[in-house]
Amino acid sequence: MNILSLFVLVPVLTVVGIMFTGGLKGTRIVAVVGMGIQLLLAAWLVFYYLAVKGSGDLNEMILVSDYTWFPSLNIRYTVGVDGISVSLIALTAVVIFAGVFASWGMDYLPREFFITLILLATGVFGFFISLDLFTLFLFYELAVIPMYLLIGIWGSGPKEMAAMKLTLMLMGGSALLLVGLLGLYFYSAPDGGAFTFNILELAKVHMPSGAQRFFFPLTFVGFGVLGALFPFHTWSPDGHASAPTAVSMLHAGVLMKLGAYGCFRVAIFLMPEAASEMAWIFIILTSISVVYGAFGAIMQKDLKYINAYSSVSHVGLILFALLMMNKTAVNGAILQMISHGLMTALFFALIGMIYGRTHTRNIYEMGGLMKVMPFLGVMYLLGGLASLGLPGFSGFVAEMTIFFGAFQHLDLFHRAATILVVSSIVVTAVYVLRAVGIFMLGQIKNKEHLKLQDAKWHEKLSTITLMIGIIGIGVFPLWLSDTILGSLQPFMDRLSAYLH
Amino acid sequence: MTGFQTVLLLRHELLLILAAVGIIIFDLLLPPEKKTRIIHSSTILFGAVFLLSLIPVESGELFGGSFQENRLTGFMKDILNLAVFIIFLQSGGYLRKKENAHKMGEYFALIIFTLTGMDFMISSGDFLTFFIGLETASIPVAGLVAYDQFKSRSAEAGVKLILLSALSSGVLLFGISMIYGATGSIYFTDIAPGISASPLVILGFIFFVSGMGFKISLVPFHLWTADVYEGAPVNVTAYLSVVSKGAAVFIFAIILFTVFKNIIQVWENVLYALAVLTMTIGNLFAIRQDNIKRFLAFSSIAQAGFILLGIMGTGSLGMTTIVYFLLIYVFTNLAAFGVAAAIYEASGVETISGYKGLYATNPRLSLVMMLALFSLAGIPPVAGFFGKFFLFTSAGSQGYFILILIAVANATVSLYYYLLVVKAMFIDKNDQPVSHFKSPLTMRISLLICSLGIFFVGFASGIFEYIMSLSGMLF
Repeated sequence: MNILSLFVLVPVLTVVGIMFTGGLKGTRIVAVVGMGIQLLLAAWLVFYYLAVKGSGDLNEMILVSDYTWFPSLNIRYTVGVDGISVSLIALTAVVIFAGVFASWGMDYLPREFFITLILLATGVFGFFISLDLFTLFLFYELAVIPMYLLIGIWGSGPKEMAAMKLTLMLMGGSALLLVGLLGLYFYSAPDGGAFTFNILELAKVHMPSGAQRFFFPLTFVGFGVLGALFPFHTWSPDGHASAPTAVSMLHAGVLMKLGAYGCFRVAIFLMPEAASEMAWIFIILTSISVVYGAFGAIMQKDLKYINAYSSVSHVGLILFALLMMNKTAVNGAILQMISHGLMTALFFALIGMIYGRTHTRNIYEMGGLMKVMPFLGVMYLLGGLASLGLPGFSGFVAEMTIFFGAFQHLDLFHRAATILVVSSIVVTAVYVLRAVGIFMLGQIKNKEHLKLQDAKWHEKLSTITLMIGIIGIGVFPLWLSDTILGSLQPFMDRLSAYLH
Repeated sequence: MTGFQTVLLLRHELLLILAAVGIIIFDLLLPPEKKTRIIHSSTILFGAVFLLSLIPVESGELFGGSFQENRLTGFMKDILNLAVFIIFLQSGGYLRKKENAHKMGEYFALIIFTLTGMDFMISSGDFLTFFIGLETASIPVAGLVAYDQFKSRSAEAGVKLILLSALSSGVLLFGISMIYGATGSIYFTDIAPGISASPLVILGFIFFVSGMGFKISLVPFHLWTADVYEGAPVNVTAYLSVVSKGAAVFIFAIILFTVFKNIIQVWENVLYALAVLTMTIGNLFAIRQDNIKRFLAFSSIAQAGFILLGIMGTGSLGMTTIVYFLLIYVFTNLAAFGVAAAIYEASGVETISGYKGLYATNPRLSLVMMLALFSLAGIPPVAGFFGKFFLFTSAGSQGYFILILIAVANATVSLYYYLLVVKAMFIDKNDQPVSHFKSPLTMRISLLICSLGIFFVGFASGIFEYIMSLSGMLF
């Protein structure tokens, strides 16, 4: 039994455990225990990975194991991790752990809620450990479909519409992706022999350029929809705004990274020629995502919409950096995945907590909240500062690396795009500070708000867990970026082998 | 060939005939006040038939090659038997109604007779046996569709089915006669080598496809489907959409892969167009339906379009994906129809809007329905995902990537209407939901079997590999 399979097994067992418990108290305890074990496992994995790499292991993937599943089609259950997937698994474990605490008071159908939420997490964990495109795709869809129920049943506002829109757009994306994956499969044996879905095997094959040109856009857009690639981002604001707190956290924090990770590990890595040929199209689209998302956030009154548009902007930056296809930029992209995952989860958690007290998310109906809830206020402000890229927080490390990498391109097109994208930092500062100024500072607008209380223990636990991550990366960035850099080499080798 | 070997090769058909005759005689002997006994005894008897037929028998042929039996056709018949067994389990509640008291025996006998026809059709080695099997399978179905004889919709559906069925049989027979004219034989093994893409063969083939398209309800030959499905009793609709269609798909694929092997370019082009039309039209019409039976009718039309993608793959991979998909389809569709039947019997509700708030009152039924709908939509981890993925893989093996693109776009559209039902059950609020009820034990057993099938047939790769080994021996 491979230790990585535990990352799927533990959530599944948690789900089974929740099925046999009743009531809010029982289910949330089972959920906390399950996700706590998951968090410990993730922590162990990080240290184990560092120890293995420290001892001079040169393998691309560690803990690889491989079971034949459908022998006649050569579909296998292959798992393995490198530095990138290890860091993303750690991120997921932190966010889902915090997410369970953020849903502490979920009193409407609690059992069903936690089952669906953890099922979603199962999909995410499975996705990050998979090295076989079939299981990867299976887990990818498994991570998307519970969103429909989570938003539809436990959401707020126009939830039916938002849930349907999100599900259809994401499943539409995964439909394109399916064609891309089948293309990779059927071009995996140019010299005869068995076809394969295995990423490591596929990386040794050179797919014909014509086929790459057909399948790369399908795969990239397929994953890109989940990464809120313009113009397929419209599910994101509505979906995030309607979703319950923990779901927004998990979705913006982790699920959108699935899209970016897929673009990196499958689309660009396996079809580098087409990727570099068509990069300009997607660089334009992602630049629009970044700038448009930032400006969109300025115009919003609803806290969740502000954060959703900000996510479009920040995740757009990840895709933008991946398309720059050099080591520094890609490293920045992965850092940004982790950093944004923690930040946005923190924001959505805080927004959920504030909404739970004030029953409004409209910033103009609130004011001076810093006086009544200093803990939540300070956390929100710190999160905001991290988001606008203040040194000392994770956002600064990630964004600086991305811009350094992007500026290494010498031609006008890349430079112009980079300068445009850098300008979004200013816009980010505007929407973050504006929101904080309106609803946190100043006079209390609604006398009712004077009676509100500050964070309870489980809320503090949830936010502090995330904040530790944000500051940790900001202060000790090398620790994480070394983990990532070591694993980028195969990617860079493959790019340079086919491009120059 | 000894007599015993003949009996073994004909085990499915002989057992079915014995069972049907036995049920008729038993029905005659029962006094009127004990008629309901026929329900359980028929179901148990059929279960025994199903188990007895599972004996593995090596391949062989009878009657000078008119009857071909091999492991694969045996497996196909087992799938159909399984489906009918599940349908029998689900029929109890409906048949116990007062107006059905005098005709319960016929229900079982008619279904078993049509099934015998289908088995002969699947095993046919020439066009004549094929046609006789097809007709045996078609005519009693009209009686089943019109089973609620005093409901005008049911009677109307029966008449519609018999008229259109006769027309399509005529068209089919005309096509067969042209192929006979061009090749000089009705035996599959004799036709296959000599067939070429001559105008007469192509014309005959078009007629043949039109006739089969009617049975599988491919667009544009689907117009009867929604009306008949809506008019027929729910269990009969389930039978039509799973068993009838499944058998027709099996023999359609066998004939395409063996008889028309040499004109593969011709039929792949025809099937390409039919697949695109069937998926798209089926899906677009399904969106607008509120009646659950009409809804499932159009959904099953769209599913037939996906099955054509598997056929496009040809060879053992194509055959395997079709058989595998239909096995999953049995569990999936019968789960959906089972829930629809249970709700209809308990409350008379058969509209999707009537399902609103169902989860609050009947959580288990809602969950089974959701599982079935997700499986129909091809969402992991349930079996439908594997079935559909492999159908696409089959088409991909021949390089039909544009077709797959059209298919996956359709799959996304289909997800929309499947989710509408999920939304009604789980999300929408209702002041007067279907009140809580307990369905008969047999119905619950059938839904349990279906749910287990939906859950495990996908993961259990052994089933797929088994089918692959069976079809690998033939193609």
